[in-house]
Amino acid sequence: MSEKVSVEKKVLSENDRIAAQIREKLGAKRIVALNLVSSPGSGKTSLLERTLDALNGDIKMALVAGDVQTENDAKRLIRAGGMLVRPIVTGGACHLDASMVSNALNQLDLTDVDVLFIENVGNLVCPSSYDLGEDMKVVVISTTEGDDKPLKYPSMFRRSSAMVINKVDLLGLSDFDVSKVKDNALGINGGLRIFEVSCRTGAGLNDWYTWLRELIIRKKRNET
Amino acid sequence: MTQDEMQRQRIESICAVGLRVGALSGVDPGALTFCFETAVSDTPLTGAKLEVEFVPARGRCRSCGHEFEAEDFLFLCSKCDSRDVDMLTGQELDIVYLSKP
Repeated sequence: MSEKVSVEKKVLSENDRIAAQIREKLGAKRIVALNLVSSPGSGKTSLLERTLDALNGDIKMALVAGDVQTENDAKRLIRAGGMLVRPIVTGGACHLDASMVSNALNQLDLTDVDVLFIENVGNLVCPSSYDLGEDMKVVVISTTEGDDKPLKYPSMFRRSSAMVINKVDLLGLSDFDVSKVKDNALGINGGLRIFEVSCRTGAGLNDWYTWLRELIIRKKRNET
Repeated sequence: MTQDEMQRQRIESICAVGLRVGALSGVDPGALTFCFETAVSDTPLTGAKLEVEFVPARGRCRSCGHEFEAEDFLFLCSKCDSRDVDMLTGQELDIVYLSKP
């Protein structure tokens, strides 16, 4: 007869511990932290390039860009005017974990930073399980993908607070149905804030910028 | 983690690890069991089985209080159609127990 010894520990408890430290550090500095997740090629980097272009100087941004290989995304963000950019090359890992982000943040001067963007590795599966100390996850989806993606990757859409639908300039060239993707996403997570944008033309991005400014104001007032 | 826990609780050998896996944890119990059996061979855990307790995704409606299983992960109240639903279970990924022979 075997004897059961109670453990009751989360498998990701070590990650969660470091994430809590990051959250405390950023919270003390009143920095909004957003974890950007998507499939490869949906437009996370493009969204950040646009955001830098529009808001740099107005709000102070720090950016951590994760990639399986190459520092290409980080280089794009620096070219777009990012002053505080750190690449994380995961060397094969399909997601960022809290220790990688913590190390990257230790190499950034976060004085007076308003918002930290963590650009995760393009993957809708594993990044959903790893808390990086963010205030919220923002999932990016584009009109060249299937509009059933929320149903295929429910965990990511459930754990995200906002969804950015990118490449709306290409609507009509594919069978992507905006109302269907919204319906699918809201079925998984009725609280999702949704933006419809084109990072190529700039359409719809003003709503995104306004929302970012609101998040920053609320954070400074300690409302989030 | 299991070996750390064995050391901490001074357990010499185990025959099973009890794991709680939520439907939204991103873990496939079958794949995990396969990996576990491979990973423990030639370690102090050789021969240990993984015992998985699967936890479905459940929600509670914030409008009417109804509790239900979220089939296909749709957090849509089956009573009043509200989408304002808290997740009760489904995200678990916990080591629950170790079994001593």
